[in-house]
Amino acid sequence: MSTFDVAELREIMSASVGVEDDVYFDGDHLDVPFADLGFDSLALLELASQIQRRYGMQIPDEAVTEDMSSPRAAVDYVNSRLVAAVA
Amino acid sequence: MNTSTAGAAAVITGMGVIAPTGVGTEEHWQAVLAGKTGIGRITRFDPSGYPVRLAGEVAGFTAKGQVPARLVPQTDRWTHLALAAADAAVADSAVDLASLPEYEMAVVTASSSGGTEFGQHEMERLYQNGPSWVGAYQSIAWFYAATTGQVSIRHGMRGPCGVVCTEQAGGLDAVGQARRLLRGQSRLVVTGGTDSSLCPYGLVAQLANGHLSSAEDADRAYLPFDVEAAGYVPGEGGAILVAERPGPDTQGRAYGRVLGYAAGFDQSARTGRRPVLAGTIRRALDDARCVPDDIDVVFADAAADPHLDRVEAEALAEVFGTHAVPVTAPKTLTGRLYGGGAALDVATALLALRDGVVPHTVGPTRLRSDCPLDLVRDAPRERPLRTALVVARGYGGFTSAMVLGRGDRPAGDI
Repeated sequence: MSTFDVAELREIMSASVGVEDDVYFDGDHLDVPFADLGFDSLALLELASQIQRRYGMQIPDEAVTEDMSSPRAAVDYVNSRLVAAVA
Repeated sequence: MNTSTAGAAAVITGMGVIAPTGVGTEEHWQAVLAGKTGIGRITRFDPSGYPVRLAGEVAGFTAKGQVPARLVPQTDRWTHLALAAADAAVADSAVDLASLPEYEMAVVTASSSGGTEFGQHEMERLYQNGPSWVGAYQSIAWFYAATTGQVSIRHGMRGPCGVVCTEQAGGLDAVGQARRLLRGQSRLVVTGGTDSSLCPYGLVAQLANGHLSSAEDADRAYLPFDVEAAGYVPGEGGAILVAERPGPDTQGRAYGRVLGYAAGFDQSARTGRRPVLAGTIRRALDDARCVPDDIDVVFADAAADPHLDRVEAEALAEVFGTHAVPVTAPKTLTGRLYGGGAALDVATALLALRDGVVPHTVGPTRLRSDCPLDLVRDAPRERPLRTALVVARGYGGFTSAMVLGRGDRPAGDI
């Protein structure tokens, strides 16, 4: 089963929405809301779009704002969906 | 003539130039004085299948490192150029943005094409892969106000922002609007403009106006007022300017003053109405409280179309007399930059005023007999300069004129 991690999250966001060099998604940043890391709702929509294509999953719009609000929340949400898809 | 700073509602205290002639104000200015062209064969895509092969590209600019990493994939190249130029302009102005209330700072830029290269890329994804492949940032990256918005957000300028879309006249209209805001509540306006539409989609859209040069020889491709004038070369880049309300704070920092401005609009040639250019220039002079003899140099629109060249030459002769004022068009080194073109002309004119030198026009060798101009050619002409008139016309009838006065910034080393 494939899993999703912070490194992959950062890689996707670097390529699609841009990430400043001093922003990491681990450690202190893991639970910081994306908004406070400088990412707006468009950035999260684009992130969801990229993940949907890469993993062939559907992410409802409300999940983007409610369940993927920080790096840890986003990773956990995507992994939960991957697990659900396998089960 | 109005010579006091107090009479001007706007002084230009900072500039950032990113143009085919150079990245950075002084690099551009030195290239202009040396007559070094930025025009060459298009490298951004293979132009061999297109009727236009030459352009003024901005070489030596990469967004990475010049533009916040987050904004690079979110915005078009035209916005990248403006963000970097705005950073340079703000730094150059030496203004302390933190000391100004955020609602008393505004951004007004000119744009002509919007984000065509970004848009083309997303259109390719749409047609090749499907709707879900179109990036979320297409929603904001392509449209004309994107640059103004991104500069506003980056610098925390929350005053009355806007964008003007008047093709090549846009740079003057943006500065004109900035001056209007400075007469109101605004104390600082980031203005000027850039454009970058050198992709197949962008170029094809430009071809429709029928005025582009299909020449292959860069030195003979853009020849305004010349008997061989056969269209212009497109280019990218422009200039971003910091305009401020003059006061004790701006002393010693002003490149120049916006003394007068007017805009007009030509009707279709089919109507037989006279072109509005001469009247527009007169209104700009009146606005500046200048008479024609007060103008020391004219930066021409220089369309390099036989009809448009004659209209401009006749307008200048009507207002100033034949051969009565030095005229120049450094834009033959860059091509026409659309939303960035007149902004760059304002920057170049301000540098000319600062240093007391009229840059020459490279290219034209034999002027048309119906263009009785003192076109400065062969070498820059050094002379004390107090005022400059900048003329700009945009495709479709846009016509603008601006009178600039010398500022109190010390001259550069030339």
